[in-house]
Amino acid sequence: MITGSKAGTVDGYAARRTWSGRLAGLRRLDMPLLLSVLALSAVGALLVRSATFQLLTERGEDPEGFLKRHILNLIIGFVLGGIVTLLDYRLLRAYVPILYGVACVGLLAVLTPLGETINGSHSWIVLGGGFQVQPSEFAKVGLVVLLAMILGEPRDGEIGPGRRDVLLALVLAGVPGVLIMLQPDLGTTLVFIAVVLGMLAISGAQKRWLVGLVGGGAAAAFAVWFFGLLKDYQIDRFIAFLHPEADPRGAGYNAQQARIAIGSGGAFGKGLFHGEQTGGHFVPEQQTDFIFTVAGEELGFVGAAVIVALLGVVLWRGLRIATQAADLFGTLVATGVVCWLGFQAFENVGMTIGIMPITGLPLPFVSYGGSATFANMIAFGLLQAVHVRRRPFD
Amino acid sequence: MNPRTHFRLVVLYVLVAALLLVLIGRMWTLQVLEGEHYKGIAAQNRTRDIVVPANRGMILDDRGVPLVRNRSALVVSVDRTTLSRQEDGGEGVLKRLAGVLGTTYDEISKRVRLCAPGIKRPCWPGSPYQPIPVEDHADPKRALQIMERQEDFPGVTAQVQAVRTYPEPDGASAAQVLGYLQPVTQDELDKRKGLKVTGYSGVDLVGRAGLEAQYDHALRGEPGFRKVLVDSQGRVTGTAEEQPPTAGSNLVTSIDAGVQGASEKALKHAIDAARKAGHPADAGAAVVMDVRTGKMVAMASYPTYDPSIWTGGISQNEYDALLGKKNGEPLISRVTQGQFAPGSTFKISSVSAAVADGNSLKGIYPCPGSFMVGDRAFGNAGGASYGPMTLHTALVKSCDTVFYRFGYLEWKRDGGIHPKKNPSDPMVKMARKYGFGKPTGIDLPSESSGRIPDREWKKSYWEDTKDASCKGVKSGYPEVRKTDPARASYLTAVAKENCTEGYVWRAGDAANFSVGQGNVLVTPLQLVRAYAAVANGGKLVTPRLGVAVVRPDGTVDRRLESPPAQKLGVDPKVLKYIRSALGGVTKEGTAAGAFNGFDFKRVDVGGKTGTAEVYGKEDSSWFASFGPVKDPRYAVVAMVSQGGFGASTSAPAVREIWEAMYGTKDKKPILKDGKLPSELPSMPGEGAAP
Repeated sequence: MITGSKAGTVDGYAARRTWSGRLAGLRRLDMPLLLSVLALSAVGALLVRSATFQLLTERGEDPEGFLKRHILNLIIGFVLGGIVTLLDYRLLRAYVPILYGVACVGLLAVLTPLGETINGSHSWIVLGGGFQVQPSEFAKVGLVVLLAMILGEPRDGEIGPGRRDVLLALVLAGVPGVLIMLQPDLGTTLVFIAVVLGMLAISGAQKRWLVGLVGGGAAAAFAVWFFGLLKDYQIDRFIAFLHPEADPRGAGYNAQQARIAIGSGGAFGKGLFHGEQTGGHFVPEQQTDFIFTVAGEELGFVGAAVIVALLGVVLWRGLRIATQAADLFGTLVATGVVCWLGFQAFENVGMTIGIMPITGLPLPFVSYGGSATFANMIAFGLLQAVHVRRRPFD
Repeated sequence: MNPRTHFRLVVLYVLVAALLLVLIGRMWTLQVLEGEHYKGIAAQNRTRDIVVPANRGMILDDRGVPLVRNRSALVVSVDRTTLSRQEDGGEGVLKRLAGVLGTTYDEISKRVRLCAPGIKRPCWPGSPYQPIPVEDHADPKRALQIMERQEDFPGVTAQVQAVRTYPEPDGASAAQVLGYLQPVTQDELDKRKGLKVTGYSGVDLVGRAGLEAQYDHALRGEPGFRKVLVDSQGRVTGTAEEQPPTAGSNLVTSIDAGVQGASEKALKHAIDAARKAGHPADAGAAVVMDVRTGKMVAMASYPTYDPSIWTGGISQNEYDALLGKKNGEPLISRVTQGQFAPGSTFKISSVSAAVADGNSLKGIYPCPGSFMVGDRAFGNAGGASYGPMTLHTALVKSCDTVFYRFGYLEWKRDGGIHPKKNPSDPMVKMARKYGFGKPTGIDLPSESSGRIPDREWKKSYWEDTKDASCKGVKSGYPEVRKTDPARASYLTAVAKENCTEGYVWRAGDAANFSVGQGNVLVTPLQLVRAYAAVANGGKLVTPRLGVAVVRPDGTVDRRLESPPAQKLGVDPKVLKYIRSALGGVTKEGTAAGAFNGFDFKRVDVGGKTGTAEVYGKEDSSWFASFGPVKDPRYAVVAMVSQGGFGASTSAPAVREIWEAMYGTKDKKPILKDGKLPSELPSMPGEGAAP
């Protein structure tokens, strides 16, 4: 990748010369990434409709209600992503303190009476008029940019960030991390850990930091378990993950029903909008965290694999952008986004097929949910922003 | 980009690719390799097999008149499974339901709780997965309210179902013969093969007594099933597969509604009369049998009850009334389950035994006022002395001492209290030939066997009771002694004998046996069969109620053949002699008063009175009869427990039944030319108007 080939064309700038008008701008974007995200959003919208139209019909509401709101979310998301793309990401550093502050205030706010508990997590702020915000989604953006700024400071001679930088990064990441743990939101906490570990590694931090963090994390997990700091429902979820058939009506219900829905889809699925498990609402949270079960049942192995492959393309392009970024800050921003989306996708799909415990995380670009969609699209915009301003020779 | 960052990015590439491959691999296993397995689970998850009970067949009399049929009823039922999924365990639903049905929450919640030891009725004895009917006379308007507001009434359904109804043609209720239905239990369902039951449409009922139980399989038909699609809340969203039920067949019985009704009335009259005369008259039976075939024409039992109380749940009060001892246990059929000392009606067996034992039919036998059995005097009723007489007269006048003598002499010949190795016991053996001491094999469940108290029985009874008896000897009954020293002394003496040598077959046992006293117990059904055997010339028939199983479309599924009759093993000449003697009983003997003015030209009836002493109670009143004497067709027996003399209570009841069957000057006969229909009736349709 670092070929330094002088004969290579200079994509971005060459394009500006050979193409003109608006198309020229589009041409500078990472097209596979854009097309994958568009495809995932389109499939997601269809799956959201499939997961909700029967229930809405039964309730006597507009059967397309969820679909319409989701499309609105997607449009707003793409606009947000577009704005971020247009920004010079390097200038983001100036806004990091503000972003970070807003994120922390938001996370604090959900712990106050302003917050709303949904599915056992105190993660939402209800704005009224049917709108609600999940600050932890935006905190992920804040975390990525914050860590990129601290760990991506231009350094002379040093191959990675120094001890001061690493500690500062850990402390600053720890504040929102603890706030999220207090919600408690296990899924987002795990995303935070993945992002911190990934960005530290790529920033070139000493191996001992990584080993120490993993070891400390394991010790902390053990302590949490040992001293009974986990909520009962979280322990139940873990037990259900290990033995889903132990309590098929209780904690294991989601896991079991999700597996049945996906497994019964077979190789080619039952056809979009024809999922019987989906239509019967056997899997809870089907338009959000468990949307992959709709894909599994209705589109089968082939369709579900295509979704995983599209997510793979997003991650591949993200890593490619990280590799080609103009500076370490850009590399780290792209890496953070990849770690975030990658871990979240793996956890989300994994929990529906029984290889990960169940946590409340949506499937990036596919699940219904305003805050998640906006945050994902901002992440997508960040990747494009880094890509547009990549190193000229690559 | 520094090399460390670059290397680690490559590692991240590999890591991401590896994780995605893990996902794809797991999906491959789940969807492609195990897809069929999960499709199966999904299908079960999504569908429920609903059992649709078949319309139950009717029970008809010999002319095709329904004794039990179905009516359509709007039944409101509650599904426990759905209720238990409600946040408050269904309390709110039941409260609203109680409001609509105009009852109380308390009442409904009792009805839907499961029966278990210690839980009083009302409770639900059936499977917990079956919808529980809480109202079977629902007002359509109220039912509509429930169905229209399903969101307020999850788990509550209102649908038209067939409910048993009892038309009682000619006043014939035959409650104990017909029996009753109860919901099927989960155990029984699990035992039923073929159908995996996960849901119900309506209630699946099983016959628990009487003909409903005996012919349950034929009456029930084949339940159908419906595979319905359900959502995660168990709400039905459609039907995937349906197999309609096959309606149950109708059962044609030999019961004749007219004769049955007349028998029930006659029995009631006898009971009322006995009570008027100051007797407790706590139970009774009247039974009519076709002596040639063993077909049962009528079986009346008192006390009785209205079987329709079984439909739609039964309250504790009603249940107590049904099963309670103080209410006479009307569920028990006195015809097949009542066991009573037969008294003198038993003498047909004793005469047969005496003659078979070598006493001549032409002989003359002494009938003193009392006869010394060992050191105890056994007397005739009222101490009447008639002098020497024929066996004919002994039956007509019901002389006991003739039979005491037979019994005593036979006992002495067998070795007395030190019996020989193989005692002949002619009376006991003859009683067994007449079918006493074991069930007749009638097509009804839970028949009693009566009791022939022979030497073996005495021994086993002694073994069971000697401990209690010996304890009585030691204590001397101090409680009784306080109030009644004489009785206490008597009890102690009895206990002493029972304690040390209660197993000995004593002279008194033999004497009592000869006149159907002591420990002899028979069911009215056994007695009517024994008289039928005398009447038909020596065939011991197996009583039968079922005649044919007829499909709902009227075609015959199968005729129910009676098992072949056994040979009685009594010389036909003896039987003829007995018939002639019994013919005299109604004209010049013990029943002459009861049959005073009876039109013997219409039907010549012979019979035998019986007045059995029961320790601690009033006498059992019996009358056993057959007719016409020359060409017997029917045997009729009536008995009233604690009803006084046979001649005064039961004989009039029997007379009333004969007069109903053959008619009188003023009354049209039920039987045409003294005959019951010999052809199967043509079937009526199931007239189930709502």
